[in-house]
Amino acid sequence: MRTAEALRMALEALRVNRLRSTLTMLGVVIGVLAVVILVAIGTGAKNAVEKEIAGLGSNIILVVPGQVGLGAAPTQSRLDLSDVAYVRRVVGDPAKVTVAVNSGEPVRVGRTEVFATLTGTDQNLPNIFDRPLRRGRYLSATDVDTRRRVAILGAEVAAKLFGDVDPVGRQVTIAGVRFRVIGVYETVGSTFGVARDQEVHVPVTTAQRLIGLPRINGIAIGASGPDEIEPLQRRVVAALDARYPDEKFSAVTQTQLLGTIGTVLTMLTGVLAAIAGISLLVGGVGVSNIMLVSVRERTKEIGLRKALGARQRDILGQFLIEAVLLTTIGGLIGILLGVGGALLIQELSPVPAAITWWSVALAFGVSAGVGVFFGVAPARRAGRLDPVVALRAE
Amino acid sequence: MTAPEPAAAFEAVDLRRSYQLDGVSVDALRGVDLRIGQGEFVAIVGPSGSGKSTLMHLLGCLDRPTSGVLRVGGVDVATLDDTRLAELRNRTIGFVFQSFHLLARTPALDNVALPLVYRGVPKAERRARATAALRAVGLGHRLGHRPSQMSGGEQQRVAIARALVGDPKVVLADEPTGNLDTRNGEEVMGLLERLNADSGVAVVLVTHEAEVAARARRRIHVRDGLVEADSGGAGR
Repeated sequence: MRTAEALRMALEALRVNRLRSTLTMLGVVIGVLAVVILVAIGTGAKNAVEKEIAGLGSNIILVVPGQVGLGAAPTQSRLDLSDVAYVRRVVGDPAKVTVAVNSGEPVRVGRTEVFATLTGTDQNLPNIFDRPLRRGRYLSATDVDTRRRVAILGAEVAAKLFGDVDPVGRQVTIAGVRFRVIGVYETVGSTFGVARDQEVHVPVTTAQRLIGLPRINGIAIGASGPDEIEPLQRRVVAALDARYPDEKFSAVTQTQLLGTIGTVLTMLTGVLAAIAGISLLVGGVGVSNIMLVSVRERTKEIGLRKALGARQRDILGQFLIEAVLLTTIGGLIGILLGVGGALLIQELSPVPAAITWWSVALAFGVSAGVGVFFGVAPARRAGRLDPVVALRAE
Repeated sequence: MTAPEPAAAFEAVDLRRSYQLDGVSVDALRGVDLRIGQGEFVAIVGPSGSGKSTLMHLLGCLDRPTSGVLRVGGVDVATLDDTRLAELRNRTIGFVFQSFHLLARTPALDNVALPLVYRGVPKAERRARATAALRAVGLGHRLGHRPSQMSGGEQQRVAIARALVGDPKVVLADEPTGNLDTRNGEEVMGLLERLNADSGVAVVLVTHEAEVAARARRRIHVRDGLVEADSGGAGR
């Protein structure tokens, strides 16, 4: 018997039992749908985080006191500006080193007040981070050296305080002290939940006086190229360890952040896919069950076909093709719904979703495989039926 | 040297078949010797439980003997595996059953063409031959009808068309009139007779109705798993 003929016969059999076929398919549809959507969400989350990290700038090394890692207690910083000068000497290029001191402070214009992250930094920030200005200028060396009370506003802060008015040249009050606005940043979004559009940048020296502590929170270094990152990272940590033998310092790179977070999110995606895969498996058991019922119901038909000359493999093929058709048609519907669902989630919710070809291919392959795997037992049973017994069946 | 005699349609030597029922061995056939030539019209007659159905299944190659030799068209069935046996059924035997055994929701044409599907005949040729077979049984106007829309007589004629479509050597008919009223039964018997006379197909029918059996040229009486009487003689 030809394959085309077997296919036509199987389709006919599925059509005759339309409701049952649909319900059986539903299990596979849901399984495949779940695989495609969950993998899309997992992948979307990973892409979004990677984009955030990449959006910081390129070849950045962040130096912070203490040990960075899960379960490590936050360490009180004992770094100050002399350490920054020391790191600058270690790095060799002072322009590629910048500093951060952070504090949450209220920022007020007239009666409008917003709570912002006050970040003390210096003129080197734009050399290292991607932080385009919408208006005005960056901090200058003079601003830092003379502790000028000047500020650059994050896009959100500027919008909340000034609305459509250009803030450059106007006054804001930060923690009770008046500052002159010299610039406004472009909208950059957030990184790791840090809303960078809610920052206000002031000279690090001014910030230290405002906060009342000579400490800094971290040092950021821009490497001149990807190959430069690792040696530089080691050199800086070694130098700081030598300067403070009883303290620990950590230097993290974007690549390391990407690596760690990427691994976690890939694992998460894998777990989601596995859970969805289980529902696909359950769908397969449903197919097997229905095929067994179908074989029993059609015992007489099988007997007749055998009497008319159907070989064991013809009958086996017929039932196997039916099972595989059920799961592949179900798989295709599941893929369509899954892709549609992922696009809908992308469109209507803040959850990012990225459809990956491998999850679609895998879901389809697995559903076809499920059809073969769970179809074989019922199909063999059908193929082996004794024609005399089968013909007598009621 | 005489010309070789054409192989008999069926040749059975000491044919036996026993079943295991709840651990007890039941002998359905206890040594049947039989020869049915090409083109014969034979009725196998016997009361229920006589073994005539078992004999029918063995002749139809639906079942294998426990012991003894059965040759169909000169081929010893013991030498054939299940696949070859299926091919033998497909090419040499046409079946007509008491309860028709049609696919209820499949059009008459496709029901009739089914044996050709398993022979690998291309679709166009299948349709042509199935149409011709249905015309031959007087159903040329009902090609697209489903068995569920047909009377019993019509259904049995579809079944006869299906038995004929593959040009078999033998048609095995198991109580072909058993589910039909007198008029339709008459028509079916007429069809089988004409078929036998016109195309030389051997017809072997199993029945317990004396009237039906009376129309056969040879009657083989089976009782208790043995051939009790044979009006044609085993050697013919």
